[in-house]
This record gives sequence, structure tokens and C-alpha cells, in this order.
Amino acid sequence: MDTIFIRFLVGGLVVSLFSALGDVLRPKSFAGLFGAAPSIALATIGLTIHQNGSAYAALECRSMMLGAVGFFTYVLLAGWVLRRYRPGALIACLTLLPAWFVVSLGLLLLFARPA
Amino acid sequence: MKKIEANWSSLKGVKPHEYALRFLFGGLATVAAGLIASKFGPAIGGLFLAFPAIFPAGASLIESHERKRKARIGSDGRNRGRMAASLDAQGASLGCVGLMAFAFVLWSWLNGHHAWLLISMATMIWLVIAYGLWAVGANRLPRFRLTGR
Repeated sequence: MDTIFIRFLVGGLVVSLFSALGDVLRPKSFAGLFGAAPSIALATIGLTIHQNGSAYAALECRSMMLGAVGFFTYVLLAGWVLRRYRPGALIACLTLLPAWFVVSLGLLLLFARPA
Repeated sequence: MKKIEANWSSLKGVKPHEYALRFLFGGLATVAAGLIASKFGPAIGGLFLAFPAIFPAGASLIESHERKRKARIGSDGRNRGRMAASLDAQGASLGCVGLMAFAFVLWSWLNGHHAWLLISMATMIWLVIAYGLWAVGANRLPRFRLTGR
């Protein structure tokens, strides 16, 4: 329970910090970099190493690479939909979120099938 | 190349509930990543370390701020807001390439190396790659315009 609370606090803080950086910085295309900052990884990887060891964390990082490819596909798709069809940003981003999951999980099943 | 600036006054435009929502979303995404890893193993759980936690809220915030800014001068800023959100997505795509490098560094060298040092190094690599790609893109734009003339 303590670990969950610590994860929640650290995750909230790190994500808020990167998010605030994205608000402050200009131009917008540069600020956008911080939308794909390793915020969750930074918040959680230290705790994972402490609890489960480096080998376990390294395995998570291998999957994170595939998740990042999914993220890349997702933002390209979101950017294209926003430019082409001009829907509301929140609706577009939330509706397209399954694309991240499908690409990430698909790559995991193709290249790094979990045991 | 476009100059990078920090506009601290833009923080005043963010409402307290928007900060609270980001904190909640970030906290929940981090907890979920941990719980999924413990339930389904590190291979599945690791995917969620690259979950787009900030992006939807950030893009929607950019759109709404741009729309309000235009509304103050009496014009409809909906399209401009959505274009601004798409620019944010373009930037995030470069951040994703940095994120792949971040994960690769940790995957390759985490075993047997000083963890905090390696995490700091991987974060620097993320920043350098993301910034480098952005700088190349930002430099290229005026060159295209010149050859087009």
C-alpha cells in the first residue's frame, strides 16, 4: 500500500513537472517534446530496481522501447487527424489512444513474446 | 532556427483544477504501470512506461488556451487551437524517438552499472536526441523556402 502511495505521489509530481515545462517553453513544436518525456519511467524505475532488481527493470525497459514506438505512431496519427479533420484535441487524443496499445502490444507479441 | 523561450506567465493561465488533473492522471498512470507489471509481468508492464500520460491533457490545454486567446480579440480560434495541438503532436513525435533511445540505454546497460548514474545519462540522451531532431527540423524549414523561390 505504501509503495502504491509513493508511486502515485512521485508519478503525479514528475508528470506535472514535465507538463509545466511544456506550458512554459516556446515554440510549441519544441514544447511538444516534453509531451513524450520519460516521466512515468523516471517516476517508477528507481522503485522497480529497489524492489525487483536491475534485471527485472531492464526487461521492463525492453518493452518500454516498443511502447515508445507505439507512442510515436499514436502522436503521428493524432497530429494527422488534427490537421486533416480538425476535431477537438481531447476527443481526438482519447479516441486514438487504443492505437498506442494495439501497436505496442502487437510489437511485443512479434518481437519479444512474454514468457 | 526558432529561438527557444520560457514564458513563465503562461503558468498563470493554467487553472488549479488543470494542475490537479495532471497530477491525478500522472499518479494513476504510474500506479497502473506498477500494478500491471506485478500482475502480468515486466514485459507487459514495461509497455506502460511509455504510456502517453501527459499528451492528451497537454494537447487539449494548448487548444483551449489558443482558442481563448483568439476569443479575447473577437475571433473564432477553434481551428488555430487544433493546429496548435497538431504542432504539439509533431514535437511529441520527436520526443518519442528520444524515448526509444532512453529505453534502449537502460535495457542495454542497467545490469551491472550504477543505476542512478545510468538513469541520469539516459535522461540526458533523451533530451539531446529530442532537441537535436527538433533543431534539425527547425533549421530545415527556411532552407526549403529558399529553394522554393
